[in-house]
Amino acid sequence: MIPAAARTEAARLMDLFTAAGAVPVEAAILQPADILLDLYGEDIRARAYVTHDPLRGEMMLRPDFTVPVVQMHMESRADPARYAYSGEVFRRQEVDETRPAEYLQVGYEVFDGQTPARADAEVFAIIAKGLEGVAVRPATGDIGILTAAVQGLRTTDARKAALLRHIWRPRRFRALLDRFGGRVPTPPSRLALLSIDNPLIGAGPEIGLRGLDEVAARIAALHDDAAAPPISAEEIDLLDAILSLRETMPHVLSELRDIGVDMPALSSATARLAERMEALSRQGVDVEHLEFEGNYGRTSLEYYDGFVFGFYPEGRPDLSPVATGGRYDALTRVLGQGRAVPAVGGVIRPEMVVALRGQS
Amino acid sequence: MTVKLGVPSKGRLMEKTFDWFADRGLRLTKTGSDREYAGAVAGLDGLELVLLSAGEIPRDLALGRVHLGVTGSDLVRDKLANWDQRVAELAPMGFGGADLVIAVPQMWVDVDTLDDLDAAAAAFRARHGFRLRIATKYHRLVREFLRDNGVADYALVDSQGATEGTVKNETAEAVADITSTGETLRANGLKVLSDGLIHASQATLFKSRRAPWTDADRAVLARLESLLGL
Repeated sequence: MIPAAARTEAARLMDLFTAAGAVPVEAAILQPADILLDLYGEDIRARAYVTHDPLRGEMMLRPDFTVPVVQMHMESRADPARYAYSGEVFRRQEVDETRPAEYLQVGYEVFDGQTPARADAEVFAIIAKGLEGVAVRPATGDIGILTAAVQGLRTTDARKAALLRHIWRPRRFRALLDRFGGRVPTPPSRLALLSIDNPLIGAGPEIGLRGLDEVAARIAALHDDAAAPPISAEEIDLLDAILSLRETMPHVLSELRDIGVDMPALSSATARLAERMEALSRQGVDVEHLEFEGNYGRTSLEYYDGFVFGFYPEGRPDLSPVATGGRYDALTRVLGQGRAVPAVGGVIRPEMVVALRGQS
Repeated sequence: MTVKLGVPSKGRLMEKTFDWFADRGLRLTKTGSDREYAGAVAGLDGLELVLLSAGEIPRDLALGRVHLGVTGSDLVRDKLANWDQRVAELAPMGFGGADLVIAVPQMWVDVDTLDDLDAAAAAFRARHGFRLRIATKYHRLVREFLRDNGVADYALVDSQGATEGTVKNETAEAVADITSTGETLRANGLKVLSDGLIHASQATLFKSRRAPWTDADRAVLARLESLLGL
């Protein structure tokens, strides 16, 4: 049950967002499951309610508004465009029974291809404004910095692609980095495979859709990988330095400029961070005290690919964030079938705002 | 009040369970006709035998409909979220052993580890336009295992039986299934990944943490535990 006070709070936030020029939009509660499953993979099943009917097949109770809002926008093709929405989202809870399965989200999304830094700052600032008077601590990060660092590694494109694919899975990312850096031994089964001239002979019956040509292509890729020199310890140290950044934004910026001396590929991502910091400052955000974490945003669902942020209840790290947001350009590329629109957005949870106000 | 003990209602699992308790001085019997699902316990007052479908025992334990239950440790882990907060393992029973494993076609000579599976899944998705399908009926266990091991670009497809045949039928590219000897997997052209063991399951006596345990019930449990040597 959504308390009346949360509905009132949601209405207040909607007023704030529409006053800033956002067009109010709606989204169906039942969303086709295939799009969400294709985007997020099986993990979404652990987090969203899947149901089905005999005609439409699998449907999902909307786990967030982002996907339907992006789809709607990709059809309208307006640029720039601002949208606001308010409504229930549904989250399946497999681990923590105290977390709600149904709660309100009020969101603000900006599609603006011209001035991304300003759009980032605009979304952060309006979410911060919505939370005025609530004891929250903001956290920020930038997936784009990590992406740029990986792309700047002096190694094969295949290795870079493998690392980029696992940015959102820190454990697998680390395992890959250890292997590409020669820090862990190659598994014996792979060494054995690579030592045989024609491993496909007598391999077993040819069954399934993954054909022998695909197996052969991967063996060739493994040979290429074995022939490539390891990623240097210096470069891995630089990546680790980025991942362990945890400072105020201006300090992080100067550290990134230092790291950039040894890793020139960082320069454009660092410049974007500087531009964003200026834009935030112009929006009245106190950037001198704004926290930035190099690792932030890596464990959420994989759609944020640039600026990321969250607002956490002050002194209550055990609680979920009151608000979250970030940039998701890549998501628009997938949903727009190749046509991307730079997009950034954020959501606030009115129930948590009401609860935190009640405590203070 | 009595302490309810849920036991699989038929087949080898029931017989083995009866034998296991008999070895420890507790005679469980099916009463009435062979088709009737009623039972009796001799050897311990206050303990009531309830014959149930093995697959439903995890849920009945979680809801507290039975105080104790015998079922596979795989079923408890797959069907119950936070299983260890809902039930406690009293005794592994040493039978009904089977491993939940990930298996792929033998012809995938390039795939021996989860790391390989993940890489193959990425290439498969890029080539075929959909995620690599893994057939299973143990959705939660498999999903958690693959998530913990950072495998991406796969999709689980439901298979409630004859799972080993799904690859040949091209409804899945790999399987996650229960096996005891691996013979059925091999016969269907499949092999187990070297790090693909998700859970080594066996029949286990569980205690419900959610059932209403009165003082009298606890006394019965204490007598049972001493009888079983726990």
